[in-house]
Formats: sequence, structure tokens, C-alpha cells
Amino acid sequence: MQVTITINGEEVTRDVEPRMLLVHFIRETPGLTGTHWGCDTSNCGACIVRLDGQAVKSCTVLAAMADGHEVTTVEGLERDGRLDPVQEGFHEKHALHCGFCTPGMMMASRALLDENPDPTDEEIRTAISGGICRCTGYQNIVAAVRWAAEREAEVKQEA
Amino acid sequence: MQTPAPCGYERATSVDGALAALAAHGPTARLIAGGHSLLPMMKLRLATPEHLVDINDLDELAYIERDGDVIRIGAMTRHVELQRSALLAEHFALFADAEAVIADPVVRNRGTIGGSLCQADPGEDLSAVCAAIKADVVIRGPAGERVVSMDEFHVGPYVTAVADGEILTEIRVPIRPGAGSAHEKVERRAGDFAIAAASAAVWVGGGTFADVGLALAAAGPITVDVTRVGELLRGQPPGEELFEAAGAIAAEDCMPMADTRGPVDYKRHLVGVLTKRALRRATARALQQEA
Ligand SMILES: Cc1cc2nc3c(=O)[nH]c(=O)nc-3n(C[C@H](O)[C@H](O)[C@H](O)COP(=O)(O)OP(=O)(O)OC[C@H]3O[C@@H](n4cnc5c(N)ncnc54)[C@H](O)[C@@H]3O)c2cc1C
Ligand code: FES
Ligand code: FES
Repeated sequence: MQVTITINGEEVTRDVEPRMLLVHFIRETPGLTGTHWGCDTSNCGACIVRLDGQAVKSCTVLAAMADGHEVTTVEGLERDGRLDPVQEGFHEKHALHCGFCTPGMMMASRALLDENPDPTDEEIRTAISGGICRCTGYQNIVAAVRWAAEREAEVKQEA
Repeated sequence: MQTPAPCGYERATSVDGALAALAAHGPTARLIAGGHSLLPMMKLRLATPEHLVDINDLDELAYIERDGDVIRIGAMTRHVELQRSALLAEHFALFADAEAVIADPVVRNRGTIGGSLCQADPGEDLSAVCAAIKADVVIRGPAGERVVSMDEFHVGPYVTAVADGEILTEIRVPIRPGAGSAHEKVERRAGDFAIAAASAAVWVGGGTFADVGLALAAAGPITVDVTRVGELLRGQPPGEELFEAAGAIAAEDCMPMADTRGPVDYKRHLVGVLTKRALRRATARALQQEA
């Protein structure tokens, strides 16, 4: 069947088998390999993208189900050559080691901040609880998201 | 890494359209709602439907509303909407209790109440919730609509009153005076299915329990409705000894299996503790003194 999905603002059309998972569509068709695939049980969160703005696990959505919808991946966070504050925060706060979980963590964090610009540590931990990080112990991820929240508040005040 | 087996796919644009698609493809067709139980099962080849009928476009099944003395919840209502509903928070606080600990926020963006109930996984929380509050479910099929109470809904492990070719459309919960409810769960780590969980609903009037519902998740081959707890509590004034006795009954009546989440004696002990806590909290809420 033919599927058209808008990924990071660009329409991508391809003939797919209905059983194709959205994560594979994203990685194979436009070749956006920032979105990772880490489990068969919808547990790890490495595949988190935004579907019509909502954070979803792209390994648990069929490409066919996303036909006609909009997807944002980690590659879509950057704007005009500038990193998103969440990406800057991960850099500033050393929130990744191997980086496998990072795209999913960033997408879940971005979705959180869009809804709740001033989250508590507890709210950050809840928001990223759909992802598993085997390296950082989460502490620095929480610090990174808080950094991003504070940075965005500063920028807003300056404007 | 695994992918589902080949299958067909179509999108339904109405409930009637979904029923027609199911009829056209026969028993090897399956509805797909949030897909968060079905797709993992398809990847593991525990489910191999030949045709999927996607009902995600059925906005007509996504609502939580009050209709006289009944709260009606559409089958396509997502976990996140149940968690945030002010109407449910006012009348049945156990939904918010349960939704805070069902999976994680990303899964909750997709998973639906209809899919949860129809999956009928014994470890699934919303079946216990709906059993405790004595909900009815509305099932539509080629022959029309019927209403089934939660105690007739679970037929066996992963089997419900929803037959091939039918669709669950709505959950109905009667609003009765003096209600309080709570859901208590213990899991191994954030986002996991329960080691055991207890849902309690009480209706207090004139200083005594007018009615009580108590149901357990992950405590048997199907959701366990502990009817003996209701029999014990009805007509009695609330009290700690009563909760203690109810916990002992639930621990006795549950049928947990040993698995990676724990041995049977531990799960029975846990069921007793969670039952007591859920009843205590539900009662405090009914008496408007939030614990
Ligand atoms: C990582 C993870 C953790 C989880 N943790 C928990 C947990 O702690 N507690 C818990 O309760 N659940 C948990 N779940 C399950 C989650 O709640 C699912 O969302 C839910 O069980 C299924 O809902 P769904 O809409 O995704 O259903 P689907 O997967 O789309 O469907 C499930 C089944 O129901 C059928 N179906 C769906 N809708 C209808 C309908 N309207 N009428 C008739 N049949 C229908 C489908 O054909 C299928 O057989 C977890 C899931 C994941 C992936
Ligand atoms: S790949 Fe692990 S949750 Fe999607
Ligand atoms: S940085 Fe390695 S898994 Fe998170």
C-alpha cells in the first residue's frame, strides 16, 4: 500500500507492506537513522518520535497507521542550524554516554517542555520513564531537561 | 529483532464501517486500537491476524461524558485522557490512581480503554478498575447492540464477551451517592505491569457501606472479582478491623501464579495489604477525608 507521512516537514511517500513499523519507515525511507530501535516489547523508548505532536513509541505504530500524519524525529529538533535547548542541555549537562537512548529521551523531554515549561524533577522523571538508559543513571538527563527549561525561560524573558 | 507477520490493513471511518470490514474478512481479522498490546504480540507472533481494521480515526468513540446518572466512556478514549479527566476525578478517583501507574506516559498517549479491556490480560489494571466500580460495557455487532456487566465480561484469560465480528463501543458507570474509590498497585519498576494490584469502590450511606466492589489484577488467570469482600462489608460501618478481614479474604480468594514477578505466598500477602489500603483510601474519599 502507498503511505505518505510528513517527516520533519517533508512529505515522504513509499509503497510499504502494511506490517511495516513506523520506526523502520523513518530509518529506511528518508534514511533518518537518529531514531533508534532497541527492543521488541515497547519498553526501551529509543524509538520515541512525535506523531502529530504527541510522543509515541514508533516501534509500536505501523507506518500505515501514520499515513497522512506528521512525524517529528530527533533530526527535526534543530532549527536553522541551531540546536534545540534540549539538545544543548544534554551537551551542557553530559546527559549521554553511549547515546543509544538519547533520541528517545530528547523527544520525550521536548514533548514535556512544550506542555509544561517549568516541570519539577519528579515530572521530568515521569516524562522520561518510558525510556531506558543503561549508562547515565538518569541524573544528568534530569539536569539537562531542567537546564533546557531554565534556558527557555531566560530567552522568553529577554524577548 | 522482530517484525509482525504479513497482514492486510484498512482504516475504518465509522463503527458500521469497522463492523462491515470485520464481517468481510471473517475471524482472522482484528481491530487495532492503540496497538500497544496487539503489535508487541504480533512481533512475537503470539498474534497473527491476517487483516487489521484500524479504528484510530473513530473520534465518535473518544469521549468521557456525563449523561444523567451515568458516566459514559468511549472505547477509543486514551489512557492519558482518563488520567486527566476532571469528571472521572470527581466521581471515580481510582482512574487517576491507576493511570498514574499504567505503563509510562508515552504508552499512555496511545493505549485505549477499549483495547485494555478487550486484551483481557489478567495483569491489566483497567479491568480491575471497571469491575470494582461495577461498570457495564456496550458491545455492537452485526445483530445490534447489547449491554454486558463487567462480571459477565471476562470469559477466560485473554477472552471476553466480545465475539469475533463485534466491537466494544462504550463503558458505562452508574453514579451513585456516597461513592469513594482507589487503586493500589505494586510493580517491580516504573511502567511495569503489576506484581499485584487492587481496585476498591465503596458507596457509604447512613454511616454504613451500602455497596462495595473489590477486584484484583495480576492475582489469577483472569481479573479476580472478590465478591466475598462486598458480602462482608455491606451494611457494616467502616472500620479498620473490617478492612483487615477483607484483606484476609482477598488473600484467600485470589489465585496468583508464581512467575518472574514473585512466588505465590508473596503475591497473596501483597493482595491482602493492597486490598486493605485500597478499601481504606476509598472509604476516606467517600467520607471526604482524603487519606
Ligand atoms: C511497555 C508497556 C507497559 C504496559 N504496562 C501496563 C500496565 O502497567 N498496566 C496495564 O493495564 N496495561 C499496561 N500496558 C498495556 C496498555 O495499557 C495497552 O495500551 C492496552 O492493554 C491495550 O490498549 P490498546 O488500545 O493499545 O489495544 P490494542 O493493542 O490495539 O488491542 C488489544 C486487543 O483488543 C482488541 N480491541 C481493541 N479495541 C477494541 C474494541 N473497541 N472492540 C473490540 N476489540 C478491541 C484488539 O483487536 C486486540 O485484540 C502496557 C503496554 C506496554 C507496551
Ligand atoms: S524500540 Fe524499544 S520501545 Fe520502541
Ligand atoms: S546514554 Fe547509553 S543508554 Fe543512555
